[in-house]
Amino acid sequence: MSAPAGITRVTLLKDLRLEWRSKDASNSMLFFSLLVVVVFSFSFDPSAEESRQIAGGLIWVAFLFAAVVALNQTWAREIRNQVLDAYRVSPAPANSLFVAKVVGNFIFVSVLEALMTPLFIAFYRLRSIGPAWQLLVVAVLGTWALVVNGTFFAAMSLRTRSREIMLPLLLFPISLPAILAMVQATTAILNGEGARFWMTLLVTYDLVFTTVCLLLFETVLNAE
Amino acid sequence: MKRLFPILGVVTAALLVYALYMALIGAPTEQTMGNVQRIFYYHVPSAWTAFVLFFVNFGASIVYLVKRKVAADRVALVSAEVGVVFCTVVLVTGPIWARPVWGIWWTWDMRLTSTLVLWLIYVSYLFLRRFSSSGETPTLAAALAVLGALCVPFVYFSIWFFRTQHPQPVMGGGGSIDPRMLHVLLINWLAFSCFAFLVCWSRYRLEKLQREVDQAHALESLMAPRGSVR
Repeated sequence: MSAPAGITRVTLLKDLRLEWRSKDASNSMLFFSLLVVVVFSFSFDPSAEESRQIAGGLIWVAFLFAAVVALNQTWAREIRNQVLDAYRVSPAPANSLFVAKVVGNFIFVSVLEALMTPLFIAFYRLRSIGPAWQLLVVAVLGTWALVVNGTFFAAMSLRTRSREIMLPLLLFPISLPAILAMVQATTAILNGEGARFWMTLLVTYDLVFTTVCLLLFETVLNAE
Repeated sequence: MKRLFPILGVVTAALLVYALYMALIGAPTEQTMGNVQRIFYYHVPSAWTAFVLFFVNFGASIVYLVKRKVAADRVALVSAEVGVVFCTVVLVTGPIWARPVWGIWWTWDMRLTSTLVLWLIYVSYLFLRRFSSSGETPTLAAALAVLGALCVPFVYFSIWFFRTQHPQPVMGGGGSIDPRMLHVLLINWLAFSCFAFLVCWSRYRLEKLQREVDQAHALESLMAPRGSVR
C-alpha cells in the first residue's frame, strides 16, 4: 500500500475507533435528526396525501442539519493536543488527511441515514411509486456532496471566531444546488417521475467539488 | 494616480446626473407599465455591475492563490463588498417594480432565485472575512471565492431546470427593446460602472491605509518598554 493511502487508512480507522468508543457525534446526530422529524410532523400534517410532495425536502433538511453537527466535531478533536499542528509540520500529504475525514464523515452520515429512513417511512407513511433503488443512488451522491463540502468548510471555519455558527453560513449557500438536486430527485422518485437530470447534476457537482476541494485543501490547511 | 481620482469623481458625478435625467425624463414612457418601468434603468445596470464585480472577485482570488500578492487580495475584498451592495440594489429594486407590474413582491422564478443565491454566496464570503483571524483571511477567502464562483453555473443550471419544469404565469416575455430605451440603459450602465469603480478605488485605498495603521500599532506595541501600560 502506498504511503498516502496508508495515512488515509490509519486516520480513518483512528476516527472510527474514537467514534465507536465515545459515540459523541453519532448520538447527538441521531437525537438531533429525531427532533427535527418530530418538530416537522407538528408543523405539517404528516399523514396527508400532500406529505409525499414535501417528504423529500423534509428528509434532506433533517440530514443536512444533523450532518452539520457531525462536521463541526470532525476537526475539533484534532485541535486538542495540537494534533493538527503536528500534522501540518509532518511530511504527510494533506489530501490523505482530507480523504480520511471525508470518508469518515460519509460513513457517519450514511449510518445516520440508514437508521433514520425507516422512521421517516413509518412517520410519514411513505411508499415509493418509482424504483426505490434509485433513492439509494441519490442518497449516496447527495451525502457525498454534503460531506465533501462540509469537511472542507469545517476545516476552513476551524480557526475562525465562533466556528460552530460559521460552518452552516459557508456550507449552505454553496450547497444549495446540490440540496435542490437531492430534494427534487427524491421527490421525483417518490412520485414515480424521472430523476435523470437531477442525478446527472449531482454526479457533476460531486466530481467538480471533490476535485476543487482536493486541489485547495492543502492551501487551506496551511493558511497562516 | 492621486490626481486622477478627483477627475474621475467629477466625470462620474456628471455621468450620474445625466443618466438620472435620461432615466426619469429623457427615456420614453413604456406603453403598458407606465413610469414604473423606469426603475429598469437602475435595476439592470446594477445587476450587470454586480456580476462584473463578482467576476473580478473570482479573478483576483485566483491571482492571490497563485501569486500571493496582497494587492490581489485587496481587490478581491473590495469587489465582493461593492458587488454585494449592487446585488442588494438589484434585489430591492426588483420587488418594487414587481409589485405594481406582476401584483406580487416576489416569485421563485429562475432569475430572482439565482440572483438571491448569488447574493447569499457572497454575503457568506464577507462573513468569513469578518470572522477569521487576520493572518489567514486572504487564503481562506480566496479558496471560498473560487468554490463560490464554481457554484454559480450549478445554481443557474439547476434553477433553470427547476423553474422551467413549473412555469410561472407572471413571467414577462423577452421581446425587443426600443433603441432609445437601450441607449438610456447603456448610459446608466456606464455611469454605474464608473461609480462602482470609484467606490472600489477609494475602498481599496482605505483598506491599504487600515493595514498600514494596524502594522504600525503592532510595531509600536512590540517596541514599547516592557511593563508599560498605555
